[in-house]
Amino acid sequence: MAFNFPAFSYIIALIVDAFLIFFSIFHVIAFDELKTDYKNPIDQCNSLNPLVLPEYLLHLFINLLFLLSGEWISLLINIPLILYHLHRYYTRPVMSGPGLYDPTSIMNADVLTVCQREGWIKLAFYLLSFFLYLYGMIVVLIAA
Amino acid sequence: MSNIPPTPYNNIPVTSQMNPNSAPTMSTQNQHYGHVPPSQLPPGYSSLKQDRNSNSPAHLPMSTPQSGVLHNMNNYNQSASNSPAFNQSVVMPQTLGLQSSPMRPPVKPATTGQNFNPLPTFPSNGPVTTSNANLNYSQQQKQINENAPPLIPSSQYQPLINGPPGPPQPLMPPTSSQYPVSSSAFSQSSIGVRPPNANATFAGTLSGPFHQVSQAPINVSAASQPGLITSQPNIPFSGASRNSPMIHGPITSGPVFNGPPLGPSIPSGLPQELSRPIGINGPNNNLVGPPPISGPHSVSGPSSMSGPNSVSGHPPMSGPPTSGIMPPRSAVPKSGPPMIPPTSNALMQNQTYPGPPRNGSGPGQSLPVASNNLGGPQSLPVGFQGPPINQPGIMTAPQGPPSGPLSGLPKSNMQNRYPQMPQGNFVNNQQPLTQQPMMNKQYPQQHSAQALTQQMGQLSVTKQGFDQLWGHQMVDLMQCRHILPEYPEDPPEIKLGHQFADAPNCSPEIFRCTINRIPETNSLLQKSRLPLGILIHPFKDLNHLPVIQCTTIVRCRACRTYINPFVYFVDSKRWKCNLCYRVNDLPEEFQYDPVSKSYGDPSRRPEIKSATIEFIAPGEYMLRPPQPAVYLFLFDVSQIARESGYLQVVCDTLKNSLDQLPGDARTQIGFICYDAHVHYYLMSDGLTRPKEMTVIDIDDVFLPSPESLLVNLGERRELVRELLGALPVRYAAPPAPAASASALGAALQAAYKLMAPTGGRITVFQTCLPNVGPGALQPREDPNARSSKDVAHLNPATDFYKRIALECSGAQVAVDLFLLNSQYCDLATLSGMSKFSAGSVYHIPLFKAARTHQAAQLQRMLNRYLTRKIGFEAVMRVRCTRGITIHTFHGNFFVRSTDLLSLPNVSPDAGFGMQLTIEESLSDLQQVCFQAALLYTSSKGERRIRVHTLALPIANTLTDVLHAADQQCIVGLLAKMAVDRCVSASMSEAREALTNVAVDVLSAHRLAQNLPAGASTSSLHAPYALRLLPLYLLALLKRRAFRTGTSTRLDDRVADMCDMKTWPLCHLMRAVYPDLYPIHELHLHIRTEDEPYPDPPRLQLSAERISSSGAYLLDEGDTMLIYICGGVSAAYLSDTWGACAHSQVADEARAVPRLPTAGSTMLHALLDRLNDDRPHAANVLVIKDNSPLRTLFTERLVEDRVESAFAYYEFLQHVKSQVK
Repeated sequence: MAFNFPAFSYIIALIVDAFLIFFSIFHVIAFDELKTDYKNPIDQCNSLNPLVLPEYLLHLFINLLFLLSGEWISLLINIPLILYHLHRYYTRPVMSGPGLYDPTSIMNADVLTVCQREGWIKLAFYLLSFFLYLYGMIVVLIAA
Repeated sequence: MSNIPPTPYNNIPVTSQMNPNSAPTMSTQNQHYGHVPPSQLPPGYSSLKQDRNSNSPAHLPMSTPQSGVLHNMNNYNQSASNSPAFNQSVVMPQTLGLQSSPMRPPVKPATTGQNFNPLPTFPSNGPVTTSNANLNYSQQQKQINENAPPLIPSSQYQPLINGPPGPPQPLMPPTSSQYPVSSSAFSQSSIGVRPPNANATFAGTLSGPFHQVSQAPINVSAASQPGLITSQPNIPFSGASRNSPMIHGPITSGPVFNGPPLGPSIPSGLPQELSRPIGINGPNNNLVGPPPISGPHSVSGPSSMSGPNSVSGHPPMSGPPTSGIMPPRSAVPKSGPPMIPPTSNALMQNQTYPGPPRNGSGPGQSLPVASNNLGGPQSLPVGFQGPPINQPGIMTAPQGPPSGPLSGLPKSNMQNRYPQMPQGNFVNNQQPLTQQPMMNKQYPQQHSAQALTQQMGQLSVTKQGFDQLWGHQMVDLMQCRHILPEYPEDPPEIKLGHQFADAPNCSPEIFRCTINRIPETNSLLQKSRLPLGILIHPFKDLNHLPVIQCTTIVRCRACRTYINPFVYFVDSKRWKCNLCYRVNDLPEEFQYDPVSKSYGDPSRRPEIKSATIEFIAPGEYMLRPPQPAVYLFLFDVSQIARESGYLQVVCDTLKNSLDQLPGDARTQIGFICYDAHVHYYLMSDGLTRPKEMTVIDIDDVFLPSPESLLVNLGERRELVRELLGALPVRYAAPPAPAASASALGAALQAAYKLMAPTGGRITVFQTCLPNVGPGALQPREDPNARSSKDVAHLNPATDFYKRIALECSGAQVAVDLFLLNSQYCDLATLSGMSKFSAGSVYHIPLFKAARTHQAAQLQRMLNRYLTRKIGFEAVMRVRCTRGITIHTFHGNFFVRSTDLLSLPNVSPDAGFGMQLTIEESLSDLQQVCFQAALLYTSSKGERRIRVHTLALPIANTLTDVLHAADQQCIVGLLAKMAVDRCVSASMSEAREALTNVAVDVLSAHRLAQNLPAGASTSSLHAPYALRLLPLYLLALLKRRAFRTGTSTRLDDRVADMCDMKTWPLCHLMRAVYPDLYPIHELHLHIRTEDEPYPDPPRLQLSAERISSSGAYLLDEGDTMLIYICGGVSAAYLSDTWGACAHSQVADEARAVPRLPTAGSTMLHALLDRLNDDRPHAANVLVIKDNSPLRTLFTERLVEDRVESAFAYYEFLQHVKSQVK
């Protein structure tokens, strides 16, 4: 049982994934608040937008670790999400600051439902991948 | 109002006390009543008439027999020859009669035998037995309509008292011993004329006065009755309003309450008008019209009662009141019988005929239905939403029925026309009310014999069309070349269930839904392929608007809905919200009717009687003290601006309008000019002349001395004038080096800082692309791609203007943009500052003040802009019945939550659209309601709430949905959706989507009707209600915003898109499908109602309608093109244009010469009338057919083929091939 780089990347991935889970929970809650009129869309966008890039970067970071450590399966599982993130950011509305969400279009029912569904799906994905990383970490540690 | 019949609420002790006090006023009103009929009715009445008439020729025959008849004749003739497809429709009207007829036979015998029985039993019945009778009546009333809701529930508690307001009265006497209080209240209210008697003894006295009252109206004249009813509400209202707590809005004259309430009531009223001259009508009116109005009940009550009681007819036999009424009518043989039937028909028919849409929806329809029964001819029109409209497509309709009216025996003929009536009545009456049979005797004998035989022959024919009778008519688009109605159509009628049949619905000019019967499930909506949405024009200038001030505004505690005409009154103390169905308490003061100054029936309140109402809001509706009116003007003074010379025009106009700016003593005004620098103008206390300060650092703007930049208009008026005089001079000078650039962004930031503390309005005049400082833009347009298929750069280049708009929105500041550009200005980006701050965008391309017509246009525009009403710090919330949610908003605003729009300014010229989704099944609902509440601060610093409520029935079959579509509204909504699609996807996708709408809808219709596939037949069927949809869609595709293949400047395109998003529907429709009038024969189309005016029919926009010997007026909304062909007669030229030859008419003239000749007068009368309903007069451009500008005219002939765009027929072929 030796501590090697794959094990390290899994451990880091676990920690980061926990953050990502929190992000997506926050995301879901935020859109729920929007839907139920608790928050002003401008405020909500101001609080959501700064979190978008960090989330994407964190996710990218753990995949970078997987790439370097040669954990192809875990990397493969995450590639669709990376592509989605890239697509999402490329097609974001015209805005000068970082982020995805435009207060003038976010209240559109379609946008709201898409964002909310995205939040739930990501939450599920991060949760599942959390256990996957846990499993992967154990496997790596045992194998070593 | 005062005459209001007894209501369940009268029992309240308070009421009884109140009555004595109110008695005097009541009595006077009654007198009005008696006299009113002919003369007084007209006011509201006549105005209504006019409106209707102007729109729909169909009504003409009735109201103005002579001229109207002529019109109709024309229409009918044309239509008949034109459209084979509609021939069936002719049959339609009679089908009604047919149906009813089979029912008859059983009825007749029963009636004769039983006639007397019911009545005798009636009086004999103790209070208990009467309760049954009451129940019956209550049912009747329900059907009749009324705001009945309250009555119905209450009836369960107290059958005796509750009975519908009208009818119950008669019943009361017997019961009076038990319920003395109520009866007394009754007597006074209903019999206001004779208060003393009523008090003395209930039963005896009541009957006496009653007779008199009831008889009086009848004797006066049948015609008078309808008038009375309608007039009543108005009269008391206006009177009361002055005395009462009600406060009138800015419009002192208007408060009467006509405006919105009328709208809804009108529909019912119209049919009545038609019938009015005829004795028959009288009863109808009573039934239909009065219900909402408590007053009328007295009259109506009897009439409805009469059905059953009539036989007994004699006072002693039946309850005194009811019987009394009947005899008089019966005495007048002709008028009498017909009268009863209509009423009964209206009521009954709804029940008897299951299928048709009318029954289900019923509200407004009670009238229409009644009219159907009455007149074969009329029935058609009603179903179709106005007979006149039918002309082109539906030729047939006119032929059969119209013949009656046309033949021209107004009164006597009416009876003949409607022989079936009695039959229908009988059937109806008998089933529900056993008592009614008595009536029958009289009718059949008199009428049936005469005319029945004639029409019977047609019965077999009618059967065929019966299924279609209920408005499920189809039009074969391929066959019908004259598809456009010659006169504008009214939007499809909204037919609510019987409970709210007469409840006043919101005017379609204010509130409109794409489908007038909401599909009950989302899947049904999807099947219909129609867009579901509402268009609203919330701040429209209204002539008559009820304004109310009260300490508590009654709202639902759960969903905060304002009380409205469509709520249910559970009892006198509680009401059930029509949006969330919560039962709420009614505050004590709501029992008080400010109009009649009496306690009792809450349904008398203006809130219940008008679907559009304005409240003066108490303190809790203010987050801060109401803001003053603050206006800030930003002038672009860069090089291009100086060259355009706009500043002179604007300053002059502003100087002239300075006194008319809406506002109070706190009004503030300020000015900022900007080129590469920002120039401020100080007008502080000590200064005798405005002082200019220039800030050169535009990257970080600051305000030199904020308090003297925005100054009080009243105190500094002279300084402001001086500044306005000096500015054009100051910037007319040869441009300084700084003038090469325009720092709009910096100026906006400065303006925002200046305005943020108060809120208000920023008006920006921009002539060129802002190219320095924050918000600088690059030219993006590629002039070579102006006609390319896909248009790029419809999206903003930067979000700077959007962000500043959002900041402004948060500070209650709106930014309005006047774009007077001569080169590309990137409106797609600049418009963001108005879009999200609820401003408006005005665009005059290639503006040069030297062109006088452009200067005049700007001046008119600006004049309207400066002097129109304005609402500050506004929010608008749109609430929908549970199960429906708002999907997308269209217009200029910021969406603050799912149903709340933030509108820093709201203007009377702004329209909004909302797409809706059905999230839950609505199948257990009777109707769907929408309520838009606009909370704003008036320019006088008053906080006000304007509430519009629209109720729509539910449809459960695809056919019903398709046939209830409102094609104009659909096009209006589609235009907005297409604009969004252009921005979010691409132009080609949006165009494709528009085409697909036509294909999808017609496919859905094909499925619903089980017709053969489009490609396999030569015909393309469309529901009658959607027959113009393909035409409008084609026109929309050729509109500047969406056209391809024709060189279109990007800014023009974007400006058109902005207009589509914000224009109210009436303007939008004119822009999409302009009205084309022949003006070389105006004298043939003169309308003579009040004062004669020419009312030429519209032509379809096709070159085939353009005769080489004619002159035409193309009304596009903001421009009117007059096209004079070479072959026009010399007489016309000299008469109208003062030219003896075509060559002498000035080409490209911007005005129509004013000559003292008849022709010129008529043309000006037409222009004036057309200009009436738009914010500012349209530009006029006279073009001769040999002018180089003639393409301006020909490109608007949207039905013709243009390079790269379909002709109408080709478009239909294309659609047909796609219909699956």
